[in-house]
Amino acid sequence: MPRISDAAILGYGCYVPRYRIKGYEMAKLWGKSTSELPVKEKAVAGFDEDTVTMSIEAARHAINRAGVDPSKISAVHVGTESKPYAVKPSGTIVAEVLGLSRKTTSADFEFACKAGTEAVQMVTALVEAGRIEYGLAIGADTAQGRPGDALEFTAASGAAAFVIGKNSRDCIAKFEYATSYVSDTPDFWRRSYERYPMHGSRFTGEPAYFHHTISAVSTIMGENGFSVNDIDYFVFHQPNVKFPLAVAKVLSIPLEKVKPAIVADQIGNTYAACSMIGLVKVLDRAEPGQRILFTSYGSGAGSDSFLLVTCEGLERRRNLAPTFDEMVSRRKEIDYSTYLKFREKIRV
Amino acid sequence: MSKPASYWRLRPFVYRLEGSRCVKCGHFHPLVRKVCRRCGSKNLERDRLPATGILRHFTVVSQAQQGMEKNTPFIVAWVEMDDGSKVVAQMTDCEPEDLKPAMKVETVVRKIKVDGESRLIFYGIKFRPSA
Amino acid sequence: MRVYVGGVGLTKVDEHWERTLTELMAEAGLSALESAGLQSVDAVVVSNVFAESLQEQVNLGAYFAEVLGLRGVSCLRVEAGGASGLAAVYSAASSIVSGLNKAVLVVGAEKMSDATAEEAVALSSMEEPAEYIASLGVSQLAEAALIYKEYLIRYGLEQEDVAYFPVLGHEHAQTAPHAQYQFKISVDTVMNSPYVAEPLRRFDTTSPADGAAAVLLLSEELARKLDSPKAVLKGFGMASDYLSPFDREDPVEMRSINFAAQRALEMAGLSRGSIDFVEVHDSYSFMAPLSLEAMGFAEKGYACHDARKGRWSLSGETPLNTFGGLKGRGNPVGASNIYSLAEAYLQVTGNAEKNQVDGAKAGLIQAVAGLGSYAAAVIIEEVG
Repeated sequence: MPRISDAAILGYGCYVPRYRIKGYEMAKLWGKSTSELPVKEKAVAGFDEDTVTMSIEAARHAINRAGVDPSKISAVHVGTESKPYAVKPSGTIVAEVLGLSRKTTSADFEFACKAGTEAVQMVTALVEAGRIEYGLAIGADTAQGRPGDALEFTAASGAAAFVIGKNSRDCIAKFEYATSYVSDTPDFWRRSYERYPMHGSRFTGEPAYFHHTISAVSTIMGENGFSVNDIDYFVFHQPNVKFPLAVAKVLSIPLEKVKPAIVADQIGNTYAACSMIGLVKVLDRAEPGQRILFTSYGSGAGSDSFLLVTCEGLERRRNLAPTFDEMVSRRKEIDYSTYLKFREKIRV
Repeated sequence: MSKPASYWRLRPFVYRLEGSRCVKCGHFHPLVRKVCRRCGSKNLERDRLPATGILRHFTVVSQAQQGMEKNTPFIVAWVEMDDGSKVVAQMTDCEPEDLKPAMKVETVVRKIKVDGESRLIFYGIKFRPSA
Repeated sequence: MRVYVGGVGLTKVDEHWERTLTELMAEAGLSALESAGLQSVDAVVVSNVFAESLQEQVNLGAYFAEVLGLRGVSCLRVEAGGASGLAAVYSAASSIVSGLNKAVLVVGAEKMSDATAEEAVALSSMEEPAEYIASLGVSQLAEAALIYKEYLIRYGLEQEDVAYFPVLGHEHAQTAPHAQYQFKISVDTVMNSPYVAEPLRRFDTTSPADGAAAVLLLSEELARKLDSPKAVLKGFGMASDYLSPFDREDPVEMRSINFAAQRALEMAGLSRGSIDFVEVHDSYSFMAPLSLEAMGFAEKGYACHDARKGRWSLSGETPLNTFGGLKGRGNPVGASNIYSLAEAYLQVTGNAEKNQVDGAKAGLIQAVAGLGSYAAAVIIEEVG
């Protein structure tokens, strides 16, 4: 049974870059309909930002909430599909900047948009096994959509990080259970040396996102004998706003249990960070003793699903770092040409 | 700085603002020093600058520079750190019109430049307005 | 023991696309030897800053000897940033004072046209501590802009006040045959030029230049034997400071410049009032007034006011940068100070032609590395 007996979120943090581009900007450029945009606007990393710098920011917030000595953190795992180096770990740079332990396990995970929750799987397991005292699980991406492609409307930048350690009364949320559901489903991919990903258009929906998300959620609820009533918040991956709401409809989940985790309308799809930022937003407003079902989705394809119960430490620690709403409030709108410059889409 | 090691050995300062502080007079030096340049004492200890300070002046640099050709214009700030040390670094996450002398700023680690030869990414401290 | 200047050689400051660094060095060096009627020297000293970066050439001392046809002489190359030229003169003069040499040919040479504008910014930043200035993406240009801003605010000055110095440089350069920019500009020209790092504008800075200048330094004994016009180097002052101005107590206080000038004047036994003209290092416009103030030729914050009153003009009380300075004559970095010294030699020997300062007997040449990390001052006087 994939029950988790002794691993908890001690600190959480997210990072959203301050730049936004409106879906309208892209729609008018490419002559697409401006009435049915998948997200209102998306977050864009600045010229000097990448997955490493955003991971550092999110991790700093998580460490501040956890209140742990950075030198005692001995795992840094970064899930991303936009690592700055093809070969050279992002996590070691994060560890060096934050002054983490040198006796650290570190790797970058790749599983499209569920790479971040793979890092959570890894770090919870290390903690539970007693191999480490504290670890950092990070999801971060500066997602790239080919100019003019449908993905361009949503592919966004952001990061989320969790400091994970053993359970304590003063922790933020205990992990209860984890499950995964994967299959070989080529809905979205990027070959080596390619700049932009390819995707199967509508194939990314029903057989991909929906099948895996719903299978993982049904599995974890079934194995625990839970019904929708036992869960206070549902967090889903959000390639757009429509998809997670459609999952809620299929599973008869009341919208008020899903909407608190919706972040894509404000920042777009931040890929490996997406569902993790959704969890951050829920932790910003949940009360101790509430149960959260947190499910990622990554193309290729699969979902990780976790059950968490919030604890006493949540309310005290919440104010030790910026909330999602505070992060999103630092907002600077940019036009398409600035977007091209920031994301280095101008070939010179 | 095209050699990886020449950038790598600077990590303590460029990532974390670490250096040597004179035990006698309190003066801070980036990286490792044997002698205090201010008072001549040889009693120095490893220390780290505070992560916050006050903006003294800033300039908008429009002249492109090697290694940062696509980064113009960018802002460079003269910051008085909370311990009185002066640090000059780039400012990020702001427009010139957001900046006023004497405002609080904080450090953040960002990409500084991408090396032309080995394509290493150089990360380091920049400032941004405090939240 | 005194050191004499017995001849100089100047190439035109320009973008010498077709000429090599050694060709320029040879022209200046041979012309200096010829002007003194000398065939050979004991040693040659090369002042150069960027040859390894730009021409991938080191070992310039021996190369200079070779192109002069002076196989076998002693040689060396000196680098001290923007003050390399005077540092080379200091080194050459020391060898004469010590009795090691009787005649030393010092050449300053640089070919900046081999650098792109982007590279030039990075090159000048090499004068600053690379470990914690360049590594944070900060250029010397940006540092200079910050100091300029503080200078303006501290003394209640406007950019127009400082713009007078580039105007003056161009005014003096228009009649200097070896100058890069032989045309006048106005304060409006400066003020209408684009910012490079505000408040610094394009015309507050110098542009890439190639050039070589040579001075022939002689012992007193040898100088007496030669017929060429001679001047004496009466005072030397050199002083270092921290590389980055922001590590100093006050980045606007140019302590090294103050020390260097003070030491040179003391050695020469001269007061500021007996200096007839001054050559200062105006690689950035504001460095001219800042230098004049640091050296005590103007009250703090008043060099610009003095400029408006014409004090620094050729006919003024203390003519400044009599052939245009770095701004007007041009700034081939390692050669710039040698140009200044050679121009001062022309002044005190009465050979400055259209740029002649009336009654020029003693001049002070100042040079700065970086933003005051090293300063040098040399006082030259007519031989009475």
